[in-house]
Amino acid sequence: MTDTLHIAMDAVEEAAKLLYIRALKVLPDDIKQGFARLDSTESDGLARSVLATMIENIAVAERTDNLLCQDTGIPIYNVTIGRNVSFDGWELKQAIRRGTERATREHPLRSSVVHPLTRVNEHTSCGLHVPVINLDFSDEDRVLRIEMVPKGSGSENGSFLQMLIPADGIAGIKRFVVDAAIRAGGKVCPPTILGVGLGGTSDLCMHLAKVAATRALGSRCADPEGAKLEQELGEAVNSLGIGPQGLGGDSTAFAVHVELAATHITMNPVAVNVQCHSARRASATFTASGVEIGF
Amino acid sequence: MAHHVLHMPATEEQIRALRVGDTVTLEDTLFGIRDATQIHMFDRGRRTRFDLNGHAVIHTAPNVRKVERSGTNQAGYEAVCIGTTTSDRMERFTRPLMEREGVRLIIGKGGLRDESAKAFEELGGAYLAVIGGAAALETTWITAIEDVDLDDLNPESLWRFAIKGFGPLIVGMDSHGGSLYRDVQSKVSDRRAEVLARMGVSA
Repeated sequence: MTDTLHIAMDAVEEAAKLLYIRALKVLPDDIKQGFARLDSTESDGLARSVLATMIENIAVAERTDNLLCQDTGIPIYNVTIGRNVSFDGWELKQAIRRGTERATREHPLRSSVVHPLTRVNEHTSCGLHVPVINLDFSDEDRVLRIEMVPKGSGSENGSFLQMLIPADGIAGIKRFVVDAAIRAGGKVCPPTILGVGLGGTSDLCMHLAKVAATRALGSRCADPEGAKLEQELGEAVNSLGIGPQGLGGDSTAFAVHVELAATHITMNPVAVNVQCHSARRASATFTASGVEIGF
Repeated sequence: MAHHVLHMPATEEQIRALRVGDTVTLEDTLFGIRDATQIHMFDRGRRTRFDLNGHAVIHTAPNVRKVERSGTNQAGYEAVCIGTTTSDRMERFTRPLMEREGVRLIIGKGGLRDESAKAFEELGGAYLAVIGGAAALETTWITAIEDVDLDDLNPESLWRFAIKGFGPLIVGMDSHGGSLYRDVQSKVSDRRAEVLARMGVSA
């Protein structure tokens, strides 16, 4: 019989706190490389100076140990549970919540979370159903992974869903994505990662768009047809001329990412979720040898 | 393309001299304002004790730390991270900000729309683009949080910042009807059909 990896809840709480703060301060290497790539290919002068300011900001944040962006976002924790891992699920939820509250109070961070009707801010970055906790399972043995994404609102407000019909075809999907990029314009803080969800139910489609938007740069859709679409839509969006901050230029998106799910014979849903250039994330991997912090 | 250094507050003449594409560095004073601040000021009739006449406001809600009130921290807050939010949500407040409060400059990201452009033209105002998401850098241009009003709305209070070398900012919309955002949007819609056609999609 295999040993089980037991997860201590104080370690989860610490990780939840640390990941939130770290994600807000240090951009993953793939995003930094994405900036270098855009900087080397941008043809517009003003756009190049906008990119230069963004790149300078990444260095200033690290040097001054400060937040990259003022928007502390809506905290999202993606928990992936491997095999032979044991913990109390309810306690895990509470530990993540405590970690989020402590990051907010102890750093301190701006709590960007309010009640949707009263608009009351409890100054904890928490509220009903927030932090968002997504659960998934993997076949990795004795591994628990927690990914933290502080999702900024400027880009989140650039979310779109349409329940297209089969007769709209792939052409309808492509038109919808291009029009979403145009509608979002400079409001979503380009250069962005444009996440596209295809198929599933309406809620799954939107969730896939977020998974796509928060995926590491350089990763490809596992489905070959989806990967083809990523390439084609990426070129299309970067031919529109929206540019960094919507001030014109070639660098509208680092990439378009696509995620797919099977759908119903009568359905053809498409969703867009946008990640801004401050494409922040951090992760903690729990194994028998300890907790490893990364992106 | 000229560069302007403006010590705030500014006169109408100074603002009318700004042209789209110019750059601006602000000095001395800047006010932070946001969605809730303006909803309370203009939809719910609340007034501020601050004199905004001739001043610049930035669309922000900062990360702050509560500290003892002292010489440099009169308001009891210290800046942690101050950046900029998307301006578009606050489009309908441009005119009342200018008409009622005398504001001359709005700083934000992503631009404002035609009604704001009209207000800038009629009343003598401009929109200055700061690079969104570059808040760590922006924070280094702010020397102190001097005062705060409507603080029950925290973090969407009305903040008064002392600033030094705040910029360079890009004039995105001027008082002569110019808008970089409108120019870009019109180019983008011209390209849309061609971009779709390349993918074999009708417009």
